[in-house]
Amino acid sequence: MNGDPSQGQGSRAWAELRRNARAMWGLRFVVVLAVIALLGDVIASDKPYYLEVDGERYSPLLLDYQVWLGIGKWPEPLANADFRQLAERADAVLWPPIPYAPTAVDITGDIFESPSRDHWLGTDGLGRDVAAGMIHGIRISLTIGLVVVAIQASIGILLGGFAGYYGGLVDILLSRLFEMMLGIPTFFLIITVAAIFPPSIYTIMAILGLTGWVGIARFIRSEFLKVRAQDFVTAARAIGASDGRVMFRHILPNAVAPVLVSMAFGVASAILTESGLSFLGIGVPQHLVTWGSILAEARSSTFAWWLAVYPGAAIFLTVTAYNLLGDGLRDALDPKLEA
Amino acid sequence: MLQYIVRRVLLLVPTFIGVTFLAFAIMLAAPGDPVELFLSGGLAAGTEGVNTERLAEIEEEKERLRHELGLDRSIPVQYGMWFSRLVRGDLGDSIKDRQPVWNKIRDRLPVTIVLNTLAILITYLIAIPLGIYSAVRTGSWLDQASTLAVFMLYSLPVFWVGTLIIIFFCGGDFFAWFPPAGLHSLAYEPDWPWWQSAGDYLYHLAMPLLCTTYGAFAALSRFMRSSMLENARQDYIRTARAKGLSEPVVILKHMLRNSLIPVITILAGLLPALIGGSVIIETIFSIPGIGQLGYQSVLARDYPVVLALFAASTFLTLLGILLSDIALAVVDPRISFGRASR
Repeated sequence: MNGDPSQGQGSRAWAELRRNARAMWGLRFVVVLAVIALLGDVIASDKPYYLEVDGERYSPLLLDYQVWLGIGKWPEPLANADFRQLAERADAVLWPPIPYAPTAVDITGDIFESPSRDHWLGTDGLGRDVAAGMIHGIRISLTIGLVVVAIQASIGILLGGFAGYYGGLVDILLSRLFEMMLGIPTFFLIITVAAIFPPSIYTIMAILGLTGWVGIARFIRSEFLKVRAQDFVTAARAIGASDGRVMFRHILPNAVAPVLVSMAFGVASAILTESGLSFLGIGVPQHLVTWGSILAEARSSTFAWWLAVYPGAAIFLTVTAYNLLGDGLRDALDPKLEA
Repeated sequence: MLQYIVRRVLLLVPTFIGVTFLAFAIMLAAPGDPVELFLSGGLAAGTEGVNTERLAEIEEEKERLRHELGLDRSIPVQYGMWFSRLVRGDLGDSIKDRQPVWNKIRDRLPVTIVLNTLAILITYLIAIPLGIYSAVRTGSWLDQASTLAVFMLYSLPVFWVGTLIIIFFCGGDFFAWFPPAGLHSLAYEPDWPWWQSAGDYLYHLAMPLLCTTYGAFAALSRFMRSSMLENARQDYIRTARAKGLSEPVVILKHMLRNSLIPVITILAGLLPALIGGSVIIETIFSIPGIGQLGYQSVLARDYPVVLALFAASTFLTLLGILLSDIALAVVDPRISFGRASR
């Protein structure tokens, strides 16, 4: 891989990015979020880490995971047990930092409770713990952001690459398609589709992915047009490389850097759109707790300020982090912009 | 020039047909039957003690309605019917209340236009001077502060800001500085003097306007600043300074004119936002505008209204792209109108 031109460019860009404090803060925030998302079940769960009751010792959280994997079974005293009741007569119990499941409904107890020692960020109208909901909301937001951007990049690179590499009729037809995509009033289309199909995160991923690839496609097309006449491409073809190999092994590495920039911005915009849809009540299904759906509850219960402040702040910070990262990547990859 | 414009306009027609056909196909292929929804709200709701005879009657009524609305034909045929009516200026009737779609749109249009025109004006009036100042005085405290502020505004979700404003400033448990919904006070009388009704109107629009403005403002001033900075490094600016032009002339005449090119393209993006962008804001503040109409119609599967708004949105999007391309060609002499223009 020593001769790969993108290698040198990559490490130079990384060095450039590391000097950009704001972009690094964005990156750190994104990494921390990803870690919290991965550890979500350990941070917020209604199963204790450790429970000692009637002389027996259990680790309900671990057991729960084993049952979920299908390699374990609940021991008799714990099957269908209410751990909160069990904990009251337990000899020892160790709860996760947020001892609630995100979707555990508790309408008998604390509905619309403002932030307190029990519920750090309060509860919603169904008695669900907001902090637990937000921890698990990270997963949904990040998954949607990443999947959407992966769909956009795949379609954009493939179609843009075909148009730019083959030129001629293929280019004319695909360019008409790109123009048509640009003419679509995207947000209105997304609202329409989200509202008429049954709510599901897969629908959301599909519409956002299928509507947002034109920018990448047009960029890749013009890059391929520029590069395809250069000597190294002719050389690759002369030694008998297939079209696919020339496109993806030789030309694409030259054009991939700016795609990364638009992917970073793409994650930010996908998270924003998804939470906007959930806010309008047409995004994810009712039983899922997301940042947008918590915020939506604040619309009808305007006294419950905590339902608006925290999830909104989470969306804002995440979007800012990805935008900072995108900005930093752009500056790092574009030598022209150096002041 | 004229030839260029004519050619571009002609190219818009197939694009417009393609986009609207796509929307048409999605709407009609989607699960959920507008006739079913319409009847469950109206006719069927009155059925007490459903017997088989009544059921058959309802089925018959549904079939009749479907036929009347053309829903029993194939999608391309329906699209053809819809498009030929559209060309003749007929948008059809709403399924929900049988009102002509055009009347519904006409009733809702003024608020949305006032809101968005004011927003665009305010945006440009603040963002352009600020962008110029930031670029000329790079690194000054005002530049640094505004760059940071603009960046934050840029990432601030409008549905969050709107909700916070409602919770904290529009009644509720905190301050009651602004009205939470609607366009007129309860005490509003149609015979108020014009300044009083205008004041009342603006008072109701103030917070929605704030929400509409800040996002576009952030995008524009970011754009303006980087565009100015890019031009500031060009050789022609050095030449202009070298031949002894005063600094204001260099900045306002040479740098600004070239920096306006990307700013024009942003205007193109604002046109379609007239409809799509107001959905969230009009929903939060309960403003009876086009965005709210679109949202309500989508929820009610009121196809004629949704399709009309979609067609209008598409038209505005395409118009925005066309106008910005023409404006670019006029402003930038390097862009030619010939075949090589694309």
